Amino acid sequence: MNLIKHIGTYLLLMRQVLTKPDRWRIFFKRLVTELYAIGVDSFGIVAIISLFTGAVVAIQVAYNIDNPLLPKTLIGFSTRQMIVLEFAPTMVSLILAGKVGSAIASEIGTMRITEQIDALEIMGINPANFLILPKLVAAVLINPALIIFGMYIGIIGGYLVAAFTNLLTPADYIYGIQLDFENFTVFYALIKTAVFAVLIVSMAGFQGYIVKGGSIQVGKASTRTVVYSSVLIILFNLVLTQLLLT
Amino acid sequence: MIEAFNISKYFGDKQILNNISVQFEKGKNNLIIGQSGAGKTVLLKCLVGLYEVDEGHIDFDDRNFSSLSFKKRRSIRKELGMLFQGGALFDYYDVENNVMFPLNMFTDMTEEEKIHRVNEVLKRVNLENANKKFPGELSGGMIKRVAIARAIANNPKYLFCDEPNSGLDPKTSNLIDELIAEITVEYNMVTIVNSHDMNSVLKMGDHISFIHDGKLWWQGNKDTILVDENPELNAFVFATELTKRIKK
Ligand SMILES: Nc1ncnc2c1ncn2[C@@H]1O[C@H](COP(=O)(O)OP(=O)(O)OP(=O)(O)O)[C@@H](O)[C@H]1O
Ligand SMILES: [Mg+2]
Repeated sequence: MNLIKHIGTYLLLMRQVLTKPDRWRIFFKRLVTELYAIGVDSFGIVAIISLFTGAVVAIQVAYNIDNPLLPKTLIGFSTRQMIVLEFAPTMVSLILAGKVGSAIASEIGTMRITEQIDALEIMGINPANFLILPKLVAAVLINPALIIFGMYIGIIGGYLVAAFTNLLTPADYIYGIQLDFENFTVFYALIKTAVFAVLIVSMAGFQGYIVKGGSIQVGKASTRTVVYSSVLIILFNLVLTQLLLT
Repeated sequence: MIEAFNISKYFGDKQILNNISVQFEKGKNNLIIGQSGAGKTVLLKCLVGLYEVDEGHIDFDDRNFSSLSFKKRRSIRKELGMLFQGGALFDYYDVENNVMFPLNMFTDMTEEEKIHRVNEVLKRVNLENANKKFPGELSGGMIKRVAIARAIANNPKYLFCDEPNSGLDPKTSNLIDELIAEITVEYNMVTIVNSHDMNSVLKMGDHISFIHDGKLWWQGNKDTILVDENPELNAFVFATELTKRIKK
């Protein structure tokens, strides 16, 4: 019962979010700020995660297909497929759910308890639209860029394994990552990423917006954001994979 | 003039406001007093539409505010300013941009006109040279003053203040009171102030509404409040040592 009520509140809030901004000029200003806060500030963490994940994937694939009948180029191929299809979009989105989601939830939650949201409403401004829409648009625009960046870095991580170990040669790796490349795999990853971005920001905005009480409730809202959006990402990952790849 | 007609408000089963009818006039400082938990904030939030009333309605200069949708209320909301208990300044913005915010949203002023207006109101609240400070860098009294500046930046017709001097020292709280009282006359606004500070009440109470037990228990002004015999009112007014001695 409670769940249905929450879904209802969530949908009503989203209806308020998805309206025309009062002033486009102010919307674009806020959008730029959010692109920075959500995107540009996340490149560092995405780079680190992707680099190491790419390297680990390459090593594990190499160990697992240690069969003289299988060509070494398969290692590069499998590493690329795994990074592009799964590790970059899903794992990076999970990291962003932690980093970006919790930040948004606590920011909006604090604005709620310090009456900043009331102050907006008093002025006749739609606070949900004013606060959440720029973040939503920013995440949908920048997260795919982050993921593409993560793919490159991940593949570089794999290359470093080829260069510094004798599991395979760099030439095999380079050949492998170019094997049977389908553009659709990247497209599929980008669609997933955009959907995950919407999940993260809307969940964070929702949890922040409905905070009642004080700093403890803000903390809880931020935790709930990370937990719920991670679970939703995993769930939607399965659904989207089923829909798009089969 | 702002008029409330028989408004009631419930939270769950609990009745917070009980059939309140009251008028607030232009150019006057209308005070709402009552002990903590009496329902002052709830009443103020009902008046501005942050809470919907369960019964009755509220008129702003004969426009029935309660019956309007969020969008239609906008035309009235552009004309009102509110000072929240905690200031509610936007953390994103520095002082200048906080005060400029209503101008950005609701006017087509040029950048220069806006800056000019911002400096004018900041000067009015005796807060010059703080334009580039962020809310986190301000003292409590400064926050209230910036909040007042933001509330009056767009020349409102109605000003709402929720405990403008709570948490301030007597001198600063005096300054804030005087400021509100002066700009009320200057801008000819309907000003409604929540307070439980007897000092402000006696100083600026052109019209006083005493809320007790969710009801409008008593109405009067700063002169009649001291001589009235209403026991609940007396218990409130003469609660402090200072006022007790005055009474003697
Ligand atoms: N959002 C809410 N939900 C439920 N009850 C509430 C809510 N807001 C206020 N109340 C209750 O309404 C009553 C009046 O609260 P209100 O905040 O109006 O008091 P107040 O007169 O402003 O007190 P103070 O001087 O301490 O600010 C209190 O009993 C409070 O518990
Ligand atoms: Mg109050």
